[in-house]
Amino acid sequence: MAMAIRVFMLLLLFLSSSNPSFSLYEDQVGLMDWHQPYIGKVKHAVFQTQKAGRKRVIVSTEENVIASLDLRRGEIFWRHVLGGNDAVDEIDIALGKYLISLSSEGSILRAWNLPDGQMAWESFLQGSKPSKSLLFVPTNMKADKDNVILVFGKGCLHAVSSIDGEVLWKKDLVDESVEVQNVIQPLGSDIIYAVGFSGSSQVDVFKINAKNGELLRHNSAAFPGGFSGEVSLVSSDMLVALDATRSILVSISFLDGEISFQQTYISNLIEDFSGMAVILPSKLTGMFAVKASTFMVFIRVTGEGKMEVVDSINHAAAVSDALPFSEGQQAFGLVRHEGSKIHLTVKLGHDWSSDLLKESIEIDHHRGLVHKVFINNYIRTDRSYGFRALIVMEDHSLMLLQQGAIVWSREDGLASVIDVTTSELPWEKAGVSVAKVEHNLFEWLKGHMLKLKGTLMLASPEDVAAIQGMRLKSSEKSKMTRDHNGFRKLLIVLTRSGKLYALHTGDGRVVWSILLRSLRKSEACEYPTGLNVYQWQVPHHHAMDENPSVLVVGRCGLSEDAPGVLSFVDTYTGMELNSFNLAHSVAQIIPLPFTDSTEQRLHLILDTDRHAHLYPKNPEAIGIFQREFPNIYWYSIETDNGIIRGHVLKHSCNLELADEYCFDNSDLWSIVIPSESEKIIATATRKLNEVVHTQAKVTTDQDVMYKYVSKNMLFVATVSPKATGEIGSATPEESSLVVYLIDTVTGRILHRMTHQGSQGPVHAVFSENWVVYHYFNLRAHRYEMSVIEIYDQSRADNKDVWKLVLGKHNLTTPISSYSRPEVITKYQSYFFTHSVKAIAVTSTAKGITSKQLLIGTIGDQVLALDKRYVDPRRTINPSQAEREEGIIPLTDSLPIIPQSYVTHTLKVEGLRGIISVPAKLESTSLVFAYGVDLFFTQIAPSKTYDSLTEDFSYALLLLTIVALIAAIFVTWVLS
Amino acid sequence: MATITRSNPILLILSLYFVLSYAPAAFAISSGNVDGYTISGRVKIPSMGVRGFALPGKLSNAKVILNGGQRVSFLMPDGYFTFHNVPAGTHLIEVAAIGYFFSPVRVDVSARNPGKVQAALTENRRILSELVLEPLREEQYYEIREPFSIMSVVKSPMGLMMGFMVIVVFLMPKLVENMDPEEMRRAQEEMRNQGVPTLANLLPGAARSS
Repeated sequence: MAMAIRVFMLLLLFLSSSNPSFSLYEDQVGLMDWHQPYIGKVKHAVFQTQKAGRKRVIVSTEENVIASLDLRRGEIFWRHVLGGNDAVDEIDIALGKYLISLSSEGSILRAWNLPDGQMAWESFLQGSKPSKSLLFVPTNMKADKDNVILVFGKGCLHAVSSIDGEVLWKKDLVDESVEVQNVIQPLGSDIIYAVGFSGSSQVDVFKINAKNGELLRHNSAAFPGGFSGEVSLVSSDMLVALDATRSILVSISFLDGEISFQQTYISNLIEDFSGMAVILPSKLTGMFAVKASTFMVFIRVTGEGKMEVVDSINHAAAVSDALPFSEGQQAFGLVRHEGSKIHLTVKLGHDWSSDLLKESIEIDHHRGLVHKVFINNYIRTDRSYGFRALIVMEDHSLMLLQQGAIVWSREDGLASVIDVTTSELPWEKAGVSVAKVEHNLFEWLKGHMLKLKGTLMLASPEDVAAIQGMRLKSSEKSKMTRDHNGFRKLLIVLTRSGKLYALHTGDGRVVWSILLRSLRKSEACEYPTGLNVYQWQVPHHHAMDENPSVLVVGRCGLSEDAPGVLSFVDTYTGMELNSFNLAHSVAQIIPLPFTDSTEQRLHLILDTDRHAHLYPKNPEAIGIFQREFPNIYWYSIETDNGIIRGHVLKHSCNLELADEYCFDNSDLWSIVIPSESEKIIATATRKLNEVVHTQAKVTTDQDVMYKYVSKNMLFVATVSPKATGEIGSATPEESSLVVYLIDTVTGRILHRMTHQGSQGPVHAVFSENWVVYHYFNLRAHRYEMSVIEIYDQSRADNKDVWKLVLGKHNLTTPISSYSRPEVITKYQSYFFTHSVKAIAVTSTAKGITSKQLLIGTIGDQVLALDKRYVDPRRTINPSQAEREEGIIPLTDSLPIIPQSYVTHTLKVEGLRGIISVPAKLESTSLVFAYGVDLFFTQIAPSKTYDSLTEDFSYALLLLTIVALIAAIFVTWVLS
Repeated sequence: MATITRSNPILLILSLYFVLSYAPAAFAISSGNVDGYTISGRVKIPSMGVRGFALPGKLSNAKVILNGGQRVSFLMPDGYFTFHNVPAGTHLIEVAAIGYFFSPVRVDVSARNPGKVQAALTENRRILSELVLEPLREEQYYEIREPFSIMSVVKSPMGLMMGFMVIVVFLMPKLVENMDPEEMRRAQEEMRNQGVPTLANLLPGAARSS
């Protein structure tokens, strides 16, 4: 009997812990995870609506994405994410079947098949000098004759066959030191004109034979006033430029290569003009747009270079390029803002007064201003021309307007996530019953019977579909209230456009979004950039009725010493509570582990002048801060000089203006890394909110090892200066990687290790008492992952029972950051197959559950790798006891188990970051990966040991109970 | 410790020397310009077509990545890819295609002997005579549901519970009945002497074996 119980228990244990890896059945996709594909802010758009079939618009974006979208619904047909430094310069359609893209500053020309996005050909265009890159696809392309694409890039003009990408001829214009601004091929002619500036005041016109690239003529003429750069082409033989003072408009006519100038003072055209004018990039015919002070002015140019103002618009506006439609007519679109509405007008190119279309559309003011507009025509049922407009907004969203309504909109701002934090949802209000039984008992039982059939593989296809539908539409996961397991949260996402989104973890929908006032472009703030988002107020104990809020930190400019901006946003309502323009810059933000009585977290913002500023600015905060004053230490890293400094607060600032929230600091220690031999390339610290469950680790021989768990540890990786480049640029002999573990309070180096023949990029993650880092081993020419675990040796003697009894132990000595305990480290390296883009570690509520590394691979997938594989104690032949402890036999490389990809068959294109937040349920961790796409899932590194799995069969349980009761009765009757 | 991982380079270097001295110009590398070479190769996926993602249409989503993201190239319809303007040195090429596991490839572009190029899979150190990259294996991202069997029901906790109860209810009395009364008495006495086994002295053993 005893044996039976024992076997039974063993069996149970075995069953519950058989498979340690994360895995998913195919029919579970979409239950706990969601994936959202995005494209980013659209730069160019071309429509493909000529042929019958599905109408598309092909776009290229600032995230280096080329995508084909369904014009009816805005869905992605196909999409390609180009490499990080392969920015798209221009796109166009050729031959009616290829999308031509020019990228990498005019050096790579690719043709993509329009229906499926398959690359048809690729052509590498060589040139020597960086220059403007232009793509010119003649519009009257016939399949038999003119199938030549003209590309100007890197100082060379290329003629490329659009059929196979072969370079037909190449004309180098570098020697003339001319910066070509435009390439023009008049309709149906065999002559190409390339117009450019050389120096600041000379105009050059090249006349080139389109057949063979022969230079027919080169004219140049000097304009004494000089030019200021931008030009606008108004007709096939005339350009308009601004002079160096930006107050005179110069029309440059180059009819048949002869250059002539005509000047027009802007003040003659616009009465109260003063200051500088800017020519807006537009492609209109006989007309161009100028931004002068607050006006946007449209100026018509007549044949002789005479200019006249057609219209001036006082509001923010955007203009599309000219669109040729029937009978040689051209139209262009203009979008203006007026109040909460935008007005879309489509006008004929030559006749300003006629409006082909006039629509006004109400638009959410959180979308900001219209940045770009693209128009396309279609033929209505009554054979008149209709127009649709694709508009790109300030928040990077994309919208299609047609017949006075928004047909679809895409939130493409989410393709450029900068930082993420989470917020809890509100509690369920009283009155709404939490334990509402699903529908009724019968429905419930039916559902579970279906599930039972599913698990027993007896379900018919219809049943399977019903099960899937039932699971997916379960409203439970997308409720707007907090749940018991803590799975439902809000992801607060800050994007590059300055828009803050709240996404629901259940289904990924946008709960609210707000374009932050402080991060919008304005007169005072020309280049606002968002930096980070922090949890500002997390009410839990005594501020229960307050809504939680987040702090968004940004700066007003691109450089580090630009003044900072702060915004506070309520996470329930999505309202901006407050925003400040700071007088000081933002170099570093330190959330302190203290909160005031309203649960606002204290934050220390360090500026570039080495002052520390305390937020929130209230007397209570300063009181708390003064108490903890001597306990606040931080570090700063100067990557360029290779100096790591430890700082401590000194006293209030000595400024002219007394500011009691400003503090000076002094250096406590500094570590200078010799810049001639090492260069800092990566750092990592522990997450501030990480929970460690146990300090001790029991090893197989009943020995105890104490983890050295300190919040003040810093991991620093340096490489030799020669090895800072890409792989392939350094030899193994001249590259080495050095890693340091540094205590940031005392500046003590706890561990230093050199990897000879290795180089970066280094991706590291620090958790508990270990750090795992990924780097490239040049000797083996493979990637490696190393682990360092650090243990506290000074407490190792405490396991002696007699010492404990006699009181000769140091358990009662407080653990202090000031003490210098003896530490020992254990380390080991393993090969890892893939390049890594990001690395993170799962975090759970209490830190009991074992950890998994979340590795974002080069293929944009996220791999969950058990920490047990990256263990320094793995040996080739673990003893029986070690095996029981869970030590895996040593292998030279880490296993890649396809089932442990948390993204399963999906890709998080352009992956940039992975974050993990604990759920309330200890076994489960929420994972959010972002890049161009967003992906969210729940993972349970040790399986869901504390809850029944989703596919738990209640029906089977009921059946068992019924059977047992029956058995009891049967035996009772029998006996 | 690290000795295992460190012993590899020698092997690799040896094999490379071999290639350097004997292998002919392996595949298309041309020095078009002074500042760089062109690496071109081919990705070949055997069309097993067993599962959904083995279809050739998915090949258009494959990418070829040079040096961990320095450059990204796409595949032509026939699987060819090219990197232009690559400096001399030892490079790493990776193929990212959902559903397949590709080994990264080290490619040596030699400056001294233009046109001489070696390539080797880094996973198994296999030398490639031409730059044709084939997946080492297909990747199955989902667990396969095992078909229904009586065993799976029996093995489930509920099944075990039932089975155990059945044994206790039906078989135990039988066992006791069939026992020799003498033996029975002896066993009972033994039990009394030992004391009833409690869960407490079962636990350490059970815990250790978890």
